[in-house]
Amino acid sequence: MYAQMVKSEAADDSPEAISFQARIDAGEKIEPKDWMPAGYRKTLIRQIGQHAHSEIVGQLPEGNWITRAPTLERKAILLAKVQDEAGHGLYLYCAAETLGVSRDDLTEMLLDGRMKYSSIFNYPTLTWADMGAVGWLVDGAAIMNQVPLQRTSYGPYSRAMIRVCKEESFHQRKGFDIMRKMSNGTPAQKRMAQDALNRFWEPSLMMFGPSDKDSVHSAQSMAWKIKMNTNDELRQKFVDQTVPQADYLGLTVPDETLKWNDEKGGYDFAEPDWAEFYEVLKGNGPCNRERLAARNKAWDDGAWVRDGLSAYGQKRAARKVAAQ
Amino acid sequence: MAHDPDLFEFLCRMGDNTLVLGHRVSEWCGFAPVLEEDIALANIALDLIGQTRMWLGLADEVEGAGRSADDLAMLRDVWDFRNVLLVEQPNGDFGQTMMRQFLFDAWHLRMLEALTTSTNTRIAEIAAKAVKEVSYHVERSSGTVIGLGDGTVESHSRMQAALDLLWPYVGELFSTDKVDVAMTQAGIAPDPASLRAGFDAYVGGVLAEAMLTIPDGDFAHKGGKTGFRHSEHLGHMLTQMQWLQRAYPGSSW
Repeated sequence: MYAQMVKSEAADDSPEAISFQARIDAGEKIEPKDWMPAGYRKTLIRQIGQHAHSEIVGQLPEGNWITRAPTLERKAILLAKVQDEAGHGLYLYCAAETLGVSRDDLTEMLLDGRMKYSSIFNYPTLTWADMGAVGWLVDGAAIMNQVPLQRTSYGPYSRAMIRVCKEESFHQRKGFDIMRKMSNGTPAQKRMAQDALNRFWEPSLMMFGPSDKDSVHSAQSMAWKIKMNTNDELRQKFVDQTVPQADYLGLTVPDETLKWNDEKGGYDFAEPDWAEFYEVLKGNGPCNRERLAARNKAWDDGAWVRDGLSAYGQKRAARKVAAQ
Repeated sequence: MAHDPDLFEFLCRMGDNTLVLGHRVSEWCGFAPVLEEDIALANIALDLIGQTRMWLGLADEVEGAGRSADDLAMLRDVWDFRNVLLVEQPNGDFGQTMMRQFLFDAWHLRMLEALTTSTNTRIAEIAAKAVKEVSYHVERSSGTVIGLGDGTVESHSRMQAALDLLWPYVGELFSTDKVDVAMTQAGIAPDPASLRAGFDAYVGGVLAEAMLTIPDGDFAHKGGKTGFRHSEHLGHMLTQMQWLQRAYPGSSW
């Protein structure tokens, strides 16, 4: 899940708001020119913006291995994946722009820390197996959230999610493929694979956010169909899907309490360390500083390029007018 | 295919150019000035890596020593690389990267166009595929060089500095040695020198539109394509690129 702890605005009880809710309940899509409550718009901007930022910052931990990929094919696959993420960021910024906020405004809010991105991207990628674990676990967790969001009430967001999901499931398969290769490889490769699972397991569970079953904000987002499931539902589904995959790989999920529960038809598992999660959100994750510094540096170093190209665009337009 | 050392050498030159430049361009991933540029640079790097797999794959077949494209990329040392010095130069700022790309693309397109009529059908097939990709590369890098050259005072001066820095690496693209002579005689590849006039006309036109001045003098660094003397930069690049294969030899990835 690339959007965490998005604070929802309250609904109002105006006649417009009531008929708006009726449209959502009837499964209609809301389009940019339709009337919408201010709270709906604001909440969506927060959520789509955070999602877009996650795609952009999410390029960094995987980009970290592009220049060290072990074969030409792996390098091409990884590069294509990171490029897809930039593309997802682009669709999502475009979806957010339909709500009346510019990409530059959103970018500034990311760069000065007013807007967040998913906690997961504040963890380091230390071995090649991490490229497998990120695809398998992180994209796997993202898909859990994004598949239902294809049915979200806001048309542009829903359409962006449909495109994103197609690519994400490809990414997850590629990630799993790396894990399979590593788990069946040399003792050093197996060790890398287990180590990657050990480090990414809890941060992946945190991606869904803390339990929100009693949250008023979540209830409003769910009524608006901006959020489709509770965090706990998605986390359970993720664990139930992932544990058999880890077994298939011959890897051990780092949770001694993990146990199949016949009654609920799912696994019982330990909660991740939520104190660590809140520290990461506050900026104290292992890589928060590096990630934001890298984005800020790219933006600042690129200022002359953006200025140059826009100055040229203006000159060209002026020359065209003069020639006419 | 009987082992032909000149043909092997020629294929390594083609493949190492795209390998090294593709790697350099991939270093930008996640750090470009705008999102659209990030996506475009990744596209170019992907094309170049794809071309590398074809050139070095054919080099493996020609050599017949069981060195796969990956082995050639990941297990040779600096002295066995045959790329021109231009492509191993560091990225510098975005302008320097785009100027390097533009100068290479303008040569690359002409080279590939000529190779589409190679007497070696395998080479002609690879060139036919690559030429489509590279036509787009040259269009894009030309447009960016013009936009930044004729943009603001700062972008203009950065682009001029990039041109001044990189121009001395252009001459090597057109230098001819015994490998080129053998390729030309067999009708496999053009004489590099024969591509110069077309290159100069095209590049001269773009740079004029970009308000940039080609530096005086025809001094040209050399030593990359023969492997005699690479720059210090290549070794550091290989240290990173080859690290996993070197640190964990014999593993399958």
